[in-house]
Amino acid sequence: MTKPTGLTPELESQRKKIEKYAHDFGLDFFEVIFEVLDFETINEIASYGGFPTRYPHWRFGMEYDRLSKSYSYGLHKIYEMVINTDPCYAYLLAENHLVDQKLVMAHVYGHCDFFKNNYWFSKTDRKMMDKMANHSTKVRKYIERYGEDSVENFLDTCLSLENLIDYYSPFITRIKERERSSLRHELPEELVVDDFKIKSKPYMDKYINPKEYVEKKRLEKEKEKEQNKKFPPEPQRDVLHFLIQNAPLEDWEASILSIVRDESYYFAPQGQTKIMNEGWASYWHSTIMTQKAVDGSEIIDFADHHSGTLATSPGSLNPYKLGIELYRDIEDRWNKGKFGKEYDECDNYAEKRKWDKNLGEGRKKIFEVRKVHNDITFIDEFLTEDFCHQHKMFIYAYNRYKGVYEITDKKFSEVKRQLLFNLTNFGQPIIYVEDGNFENKGELLLYHKHEGVDLKTDYAKDTLENLFKIWKRPTNIKTFVDQEPKILRYDGQTHSSKSMK
Amino acid sequence: MVERIEKDLARFKNIVKGKIRQNLKKYMSTGEMIGKKGKDLVSIPMPQIEIPHFKFDEKKGKGVGQGDGDVGDPIGSDPDEGSGKAGDQEGQHTIEVELTIEELAEIMGEELELPRIKPKGTSRIDTEKHKYSGISTAGPDSLRHFKRTFKEALKRQISLGNYNKDNPVIIPVKPDTRYRTWKQVIKQETNAVVIFMMDVSGSMEEQQKEVVRIETFWIDTWLQAHYKNLKTRYIVHDTVAKEVDRETFFKLKESGGTIISSAYRLCADMIKTEYNPDEWNIYPFHFSDGDNWSDRDNQECMNILEKELLPFVNVFCYGQVESRYGSGRFLREIEKVFKEDERLITSQIENKEAILKSIKDFLGKGK
Repeated sequence: MTKPTGLTPELESQRKKIEKYAHDFGLDFFEVIFEVLDFETINEIASYGGFPTRYPHWRFGMEYDRLSKSYSYGLHKIYEMVINTDPCYAYLLAENHLVDQKLVMAHVYGHCDFFKNNYWFSKTDRKMMDKMANHSTKVRKYIERYGEDSVENFLDTCLSLENLIDYYSPFITRIKERERSSLRHELPEELVVDDFKIKSKPYMDKYINPKEYVEKKRLEKEKEKEQNKKFPPEPQRDVLHFLIQNAPLEDWEASILSIVRDESYYFAPQGQTKIMNEGWASYWHSTIMTQKAVDGSEIIDFADHHSGTLATSPGSLNPYKLGIELYRDIEDRWNKGKFGKEYDECDNYAEKRKWDKNLGEGRKKIFEVRKVHNDITFIDEFLTEDFCHQHKMFIYAYNRYKGVYEITDKKFSEVKRQLLFNLTNFGQPIIYVEDGNFENKGELLLYHKHEGVDLKTDYAKDTLENLFKIWKRPTNIKTFVDQEPKILRYDGQTHSSKSMK
Repeated sequence: MVERIEKDLARFKNIVKGKIRQNLKKYMSTGEMIGKKGKDLVSIPMPQIEIPHFKFDEKKGKGVGQGDGDVGDPIGSDPDEGSGKAGDQEGQHTIEVELTIEELAEIMGEELELPRIKPKGTSRIDTEKHKYSGISTAGPDSLRHFKRTFKEALKRQISLGNYNKDNPVIIPVKPDTRYRTWKQVIKQETNAVVIFMMDVSGSMEEQQKEVVRIETFWIDTWLQAHYKNLKTRYIVHDTVAKEVDRETFFKLKESGGTIISSAYRLCADMIKTEYNPDEWNIYPFHFSDGDNWSDRDNQECMNILEKELLPFVNVFCYGQVESRYGSGRFLREIEKVFKEDERLITSQIENKEAILKSIKDFLGKGK
């Protein structure tokens, strides 16, 4: 391995220029530290999700195997990597041409601006490098004490559940601390008569403790009591949190589960804003390069690389492409005033095409968009019918009889609905803990909010087994199988499923 | 840092090989091992283990894509990723790449942990080769070594004192000229022939032949990597045997009975007339479903093997492909007779998945 090195003087002078261009365009980012790495090291860091120190686990080795194989057969290479921390770390591949490095640097500044300013990243830990390293130390300590196999086994179990978190919880406090009576909480003790009344002179009582108020309080209290019988009081999205709090785990096990949960939350916003983030970075590498940084002699290489990044194939949407095109579309619409009631209600197509109010608000608008949206709201707000047709978007599904995937629909409303559905919860099923004392036997009951697509049954069964390892009592999940409501159950030995009427 | 990834990588590889953590074996995706298309084009196995999650059944879901096409048109390849999984890395594919035979054999050797072949015997064919590695003062102009000539001229001019630093003109004269010259190198070459025999009687179906096709391809690849001059011969047989070309070997569909000895006889004759065992490494392979015409013919086969084949070959390999019709008796017979004989290797191939194991059976001894 070669030691990571800073930029060569040539790259450094390019970096300064590009940083200045980025600044002049209004991008706002943490300091960016570039390091130049050879392909082995960059593959290695990429396998660890961009962090130089992670806990030991075979899946990183698997990723490395895949990356280095596809690199050595010339199928795929990593041009850049950028980590959401403060300062931002970005890695460049040593053997890239200068034009590629310039493009990548411009791209990186786009990402860094996004990391710093997008609301969904506002709660991420910007010192994650250190935290990951701490996680690594902890896990290594456990391995020394409890053995590699048992720790790795448990990690696999936890990783099997890593997607069962509540992606919005950094922003909303859903899990309430166990509430005490608010009266007790706020008033000095000697003033409180019972749960609902404040001490008062008899003739003042009906003013200080109005009947309706007392009654309301009493009802609330009863409701709370009723809810406390349930466990958890309300269905809970953050399944991992529930398990950490309530499952019979050894301390080290709980600690590993927390590590997995923490890292899951850290990576969540990157998944929530993939289209926006890549689109934004691509928009800026393209803008900075074509308007400022690219040299005439480099234009072909730039175009080649740029079009490679934005290439599409029928079976998947390229987030780079979709993102950059949407930003450009928004910029164009806000430059020309193609939005609002007047525009929407105009049904003369020719007029709509020519529509130009010379607003010039485009740039401002996309900066605003990158601040507040995530992929779902981005698509919901800005994917228009024209855009959808222009980019030939469609829905595909698996045709069981022909054994192929085929186009099933091209209608705008359907495409949009489907795209939003796929983005919701990262295209993963939404699952709650419904009952931690199911049928009063201490069993765990999860609830899959079924929205039209079944769970993959074999995977669901294996995941239930992993849940069992943590909960140590039978595990159940309420879902639908072929439109029939069912409970899948694993009791420690066998799987069963039961229809619900 | 490197040490760390190497540890994780080694751990992963050990899981793939099934040495540790057997419980993960079932989550391993079995990438198609082979798909030879045209020359040297294959798919590389890229084993991946997927930890189970609660996830959607993709075949029941829908995705969003973009491109030309109307409702009802297939979208070509399987979507590797639905648009929704924006957070993930790209999906797993078996990727087809171009590789040379050497690279392929290297990968194969590594995956299967095959030992390198030790060619048998001491007598090898010596071939003379010319290597242009020397320098001489005489020779034809076409072999003039410009750089050395120049150097000589420079040396001469410096020693004579007529070299001017500020006007470095070098003029070679005849005695300065140097020529490339060759040396004779004696190279020991090893020759090898592999003779593939296949039963094409009625009971061998397309499926069985597919297995044979794949297996012979890999055996061929492996041997080619070890022998510069590898000859490949193909024999098919039902009740009679004949030599065919490669194309026919895989396509031919005969019907009727099976007399295995016919193929062994032809093979033995071939060796006797064309491949002197002192000069050649000989590898006969025979694939069949194990259904022979009669016990008497079985006896005949054993005789030919014993007297005319085994003494001359490096190793004789018999692979029995499982089939719906075959009785599979031949394998038992052959094992009974040559149980302890190291010159004969047998292997049973139940299905496509068993090919790897079978290749290992055949080539794992490094013969």
